[in-house]
Order: sequence, then structure tokens, then C-alpha cells
Amino acid sequence: MSGTPPHYHQALVARLQHCLPAHCLVQDTESQRVFDCDGLPLYRELPLLVALPETVAQARQVLQVCNELGVPVVARGSGTGLCAGAMPHPEGLLLGLSKLDKIINIDPLARTARVQPGVSNLGISEAAAAHGLYYAPDPSSQIACSIGGNVAENSGGVHCLKYGLTVHNILSLELLTVAGEQLTIGSEGLDSPGYDLLALLTGSEGLLGIVVEVTVRLLPRPEQARVIMAGFDSVAAAGDAVGAVIAAGIIPAGLEMMDRLAIQAAEDFAAAGYPRDAEALLLCEVDGTSEEVAQHSTRVSELFRSLGASSLTVSTSEAQRALLWKGRKSAFPAVGRLSPDYYCMDGTIPRSQVTYVLQEISRLSGEYGLAVANVFHAGDGNLHPLILFDASDQQQIERAEEFGARILELSVAVGGCITGEHGVGLEKLAQMSSQFSELELLQMEDIKHAFDPQLNLNPGKGIPILKRCQEYRALPNRQRHE
Amino acid sequence: MSDCTEAILSAVRDAGERQYPLYISAGGSKQHIAGRCCDAQTLDISAHRGIIEYQPGELVMTARAGTTLVEIVAALAAENQILPFEPPQFGGRATLGGTLACNLSGPARPWYGSVRDTVLGTRLINGKAELLKFGGQVMKNVAGYDVSRLQAGALGTLGIMTEISIRLLPRPESTATLCYEMSAPEAITTMNQRAGQPRPLSGAFWLDGKLYLRISGAASAVKHTADLWGGDQLDPAQDLWAQLRDMSLPFFAGDKPLWRLSLNSSALPTGDPAQTLIDWGGAQRWLRGDFSLPELQRAAQSAGGHATLFCGGDRNSEVRPTPGAVAQRLQRRLKHAFDPQGILNPGRLYGWL
Repeated sequence: MSGTPPHYHQALVARLQHCLPAHCLVQDTESQRVFDCDGLPLYRELPLLVALPETVAQARQVLQVCNELGVPVVARGSGTGLCAGAMPHPEGLLLGLSKLDKIINIDPLARTARVQPGVSNLGISEAAAAHGLYYAPDPSSQIACSIGGNVAENSGGVHCLKYGLTVHNILSLELLTVAGEQLTIGSEGLDSPGYDLLALLTGSEGLLGIVVEVTVRLLPRPEQARVIMAGFDSVAAAGDAVGAVIAAGIIPAGLEMMDRLAIQAAEDFAAAGYPRDAEALLLCEVDGTSEEVAQHSTRVSELFRSLGASSLTVSTSEAQRALLWKGRKSAFPAVGRLSPDYYCMDGTIPRSQVTYVLQEISRLSGEYGLAVANVFHAGDGNLHPLILFDASDQQQIERAEEFGARILELSVAVGGCITGEHGVGLEKLAQMSSQFSELELLQMEDIKHAFDPQLNLNPGKGIPILKRCQEYRALPNRQRHE
Repeated sequence: MSDCTEAILSAVRDAGERQYPLYISAGGSKQHIAGRCCDAQTLDISAHRGIIEYQPGELVMTARAGTTLVEIVAALAAENQILPFEPPQFGGRATLGGTLACNLSGPARPWYGSVRDTVLGTRLINGKAELLKFGGQVMKNVAGYDVSRLQAGALGTLGIMTEISIRLLPRPESTATLCYEMSAPEAITTMNQRAGQPRPLSGAFWLDGKLYLRISGAASAVKHTADLWGGDQLDPAQDLWAQLRDMSLPFFAGDKPLWRLSLNSSALPTGDPAQTLIDWGGAQRWLRGDFSLPELQRAAQSAGGHATLFCGGDRNSEVRPTPGAVAQRLQRRLKHAFDPQGILNPGRLYGWL
């Protein structure tokens, strides 16, 4: 950190030393460096202090101290977020919740799991597996990402067309307010009286409160799942095939599209047997009872064939299904091998617009002189263009960011939105005004104010603050790659 | 079938300027249920109706808030699609806006989601007479706070919804209903156990010593599940589920207060089984009789949920439990953030809101 430390620095350290064991307080710059960014390393900042509470009581005390001293607090789970939502504040405390990592209880009959926020997404499903149950939302980072972070971002994954997002799969939260008060939001039932704070808190990016416990719904693991993989000679043909599956009355468990560059990168990386010569690839997973899977996989195969699939593979074993998904799930790192850096966008568009939007992205790719690989949750319209660039070249960084912003504005223009699942964070703050009017932004600011009157929770992220900008802390400077 | 947004805006503006409260009404089907009495000038928005956009291929519909569910369901049926949350239509009067405001969902709710789960976006007019749009028409959208879902169950106290976009489902290819004679405790265990199996369950309720299970999906899966699970097959049973959905079964008739308990689905039965209907696979229970809210709330709380006086009884007192001090403060502040003068449905949700 550079510059003069804020006036409360000494008092903060002294008071937190009373609340936390020494090993839960990270003060030296070198140890803090691992916390300086989340999964979007374009944005980096060192915090004033890092606190890693081991109990909910400690987390409460930390918040009480910060509230009394007026210290900004940024919550962090596993740091896998992709919008710089967990990037530290230079004058604030980074509240890491990774040590709250216990599975408190699994109720197999009611099909729920009570867990602490630091438990990994996959960890819940692994613990529930003994009962034939699992937690449905499965972001690509599920091995590492924490359930607390999933709640903050309303995470999705490849299966949310059928099984929904985080907001559809949680029952209750234990929440700490900015002042360190604890309350339960939601219940063991399917709804609660009064305002639906559970919906409001889910996806609120750490701006309204700190989640210290989550009760999730578990689903019975489907008896069977099968992947149908089809190559197409054009993106348009693949887009039509996606529409045809929905029109046939089938809700696939997952329906993914990749373009040529993404296919080739994934195949080089995972050797999953993807058709390297195809312009577009569809991966369609159907799940359910074995009868249903047989019926639906036959129907989907027929549809793909009749719509001109140039190749067709239907998984015949769990190993093959896993391999077909491996290519898709490793698409980001695979594309990452093609270029020193990549910048992942996250707009959502109506499915019917996919051909037009991909054409436009291709045109913009030429305009900016940067290649793009497209990975698309085609079933729910969530597009992940990966812009390839070299971060050692300042001009390329600027071109990549401008290109990305154009893609998000394009998404809004066709009736979509700037972020489907990665969140706004610091990254997409500027694009909020292309999606929302000033009155809408002010309404959201009033909501923020209702929960956090001093604007100390994750300041400078999520929603642009218009009204109170004079009294509001300036956005931290963005640090470039070294 | 017209857009009355301007008229509604001007009514809210006028109410704000002259400081009188409004009671928002469309079909009027829920005037005496779900909330408290609201002493305010009625703002009838029933003329603000009509389907604005329906794209079957996108599984999305956008309709004005005053559109009746009957009209929506008919349009969907023509495309072989359904409203996932199977809402009560209340003799054809229920509207989409009222359904979301009251967060009312039918028998399929535990499996296909609630109206709150299904909403993708809304346009609404807040208490400051500002027309705002949140969410959109796409399944995944995490930009900004989820103000659309916040309207579910808010009983119109945060804003007057004018347009709502919802997510749809294809009509299941096949449906069957299985019936079993059993006690309430046995039924609760059975419902929960079956819901834990990877089978296409889409409804589970218990009444008068009988458990009814509905299975819906691919024809082959429904047939195989029916063979596997046994029981008496009721055919056809659409009327039974429609009556349960619309609360028109004989159980719901009469003047005795009707209480709704939203609980952990596996919780043991509360109260007299003869006065109880258990729906939503155990998670929603209806109770008839003269109870007190604190008495039922204590029982509901120990079963992980809450009680509300859904219909009848004293509707000038609170009909749902008051939250703790912190939650109460947050709800008051939220109300103030949307409706600083308190002109929208005052007292409808809580006396203090």
C-alpha cells in the first residue's frame, strides 16, 4: 500500500487483536498479496488488513469494530469470482470467510444441508452423495468456489436451465449486518413472511450483509444422464438446433455451444473427441429416469440429425459423459493457452439473437484486432466470449476492455443484460448505466442505504453510487499487471 | 387490453402530492385473503391488462400485471406450455400481478418453483411515482439487486407492478395420479421419501386419510414410476388438482378461519388431522379453526417455519408473525426506500408497515 494510512489504522489493529487470535490477522504486505485480487487479476489492490475469523462470533466482533471505526469491509470466499467483487479496498478490511468451512448438518429426509459459507460448492454435493442427493448449481469453479460466494453472486453453472440458479436452491441464510447484528433470513419452509430478503440478498455481491451460514436444498441425483454432442457447419444451424430442442418440449439439464476456436482449444487441451472441423459444437445433456433419458436422447439426436449436424456422438458410459464435459469445463484454461491473457465476458441474450450477436462479435473482433473464442450456455442465453490479448501491452489491455464493453452494450441492445452469472463487481460498474436508468440506479442506491447507511460494505462495487458521490470514498485505483 | 401505465403513474403522483393512501386492486380475488385489511382509496388497475410478448421458443412471456391467469394459461395451452407455479385462478379473477404480490403458487411449487422463482423481470411504479424496470426477459441476470423477486409476497407495499416477465415450461407429456390410504404422519414420511427419489414427482398432498401423488413427465417415465410406486391410479384426476390449486375443495369451504403453515417438509403434523390438509410434499399445511396467531406461530417455529392467518378471522390485527427487531428495522427501511410517504397498501402486510 502506498500513501498515508487512514487515521483509524492503529485503533483497528489494536481492537481486532482483542477479537481474533494472532494467526487470524494478516498484516504484512507479503502475506496479504495472495488476497489482492479475485479470479479477475486485471484488478488488484492490497487491503489495509486481512481478518480470517474461525467462528461466527469472531466475524460479528470484527464487523462491530469496523462499524464503530467506519472501516470499509470487503468479504471474500475462495476468491474465484470473475468481476473483481472481492478485490480489497486499500483503506479497508478484507474479511476472509474461508475458515468457516464446516458442514453443520445434512437432513436426508427433508433434503437440506446447513453449511458454513466457506464450504466449497462441490463439497456439499460430495457430503450429500451418501444419501443419493446433491446440490444442483454447479459453476465451472465448483471444486474451489465457496457457497457463501455463490450466494453473493447468485452463481449458476451449466445446469441452471433445468435446475435454476443459487436463488432457486437455497432456503435460508444466517446474515450479519454491517453493524454485526445477526439475523436469520428465510426458513426451513419454502417461503417466509414479510419481504423476500432471501431473494434480495442473493446476488447482492457483499453490499448488503455478510453471510455466515447457508441452508441449501438438495435434489435426488438423477438416475441417469447422457450427453449428445453434435457438430454443425454454421453457428446459425447450431442456434436453430437449440431452439428445436426447446420447441420439442424438452428441458435439457445442460445445453452448451462452442465456436470453432473454442472447440479446437478445448480439443487440444482435453482430447475429448470434439469435431475440430466444425464451426459450432452443441453439448446437450438430458437427465432423469433411465426411461426418460432414453426417450429424450433419441429425440434430441433425431432433431440434431434432421437439422444438419455434421457429426453426432451420444455418450454410452459415465466415463464418456465426463470426458465430453471435460472439454467444455476446461474451455477457459484451454483458450488461455492460445494467448498470454484472456478476458471473459458474461452477457446474457435472448436465444433467438445468438446468430446475430456472434456475427457482431466476430465483426468487432476484426475491428479491435483481437481474437475471440465463444463459449455459450446456449440453453439460457448466457454468452462467454473470451477475448484474447497480451496484458504486457497496455494498448491491448485498453482495446480488450473497450471490446468487452461493446459486447455488453450489444447484449443489452438485443434485450439481454450485462452479466448473467459473474456479477458486476468493480469490472462492470460503468456498464450498469447502459442497463439501468438513473432513477433505477438511485432506487438501488436507496436499497443499499437501507442495509448499510454508511456505505461501508464492499464500497465502490456492484452499483454505481450517484447521489452521495461527494461523501463517498473514491474508487480505488486499479493496479495493472506488473 | 390496454396500457394504463400513464393513468396509474398519475394516480400515484396525485396520492403522493395530496398524501392519501392507495389500495391496489385488479381482479379483487385476494381482497380478503393473504393480507390485513387496508383502509385506503382503491386504485383499480384491472384495465391494465394484456399479453405484451410471448415467445414460446424462449420460454418467456411478458404480460401486464392486470392480465388474468385464465388468459395467460389459455395462450400457453395453444403452444403446449404451462405456468410452472400452477397458481390459483380463483374463478378466473386472479391476475398475474396479484399472484406475484401475494406469492401464491399451487401444488407443483416444490418441484417446478414458485411464482417468485419464475419471475425474470418487472416494471413497477414506486411510491414516488417513478416507473422503473428491473431484471428482464432472460433466465440469467445478476446485474443489480433482484428487485423483481423482492416484490413476491410484498403485497404491493413496495410498488405497483405494471409488467411482469415470467419463465415458462413445456407441458409434461404425460401425468398420472396415485392414491394411498394412510395416516398424516405416514403420509409425511412417504411424501419426503418419494421426493428424495429421482422420479418425476409433481404434486403430493394429503387429506382425509388419503395421500395423493402426481407424477408428470416423459410418458415412459410416468408409466414406469406408476408401476414402481403402486397405489390406486386415479384417472383422470385433473379436477382434483385444479380444485386443490384453486382452494375449492370442500375442505376450504365454510367460515372458520383458514391458517397456512409453511414448514420443514418433514416436520410432524400439527393440530387435528381432521382439520388439516397437507400440500407441497409436507411444506405447506392448511389448518381450519379458531386458533391464535402466537399459539400457531410457536408450533410452526418449532417446525422450522411460520404460520399466517390466510383467510377469515380478525384481519385488522396482524395476520403474520412479526419478525425480530433487526429484520423489522430492515423491512421498514426497505419500505421507506421504495415508498417514503407510505402511500402504497399501508398496513396490508403488517400494521407497522
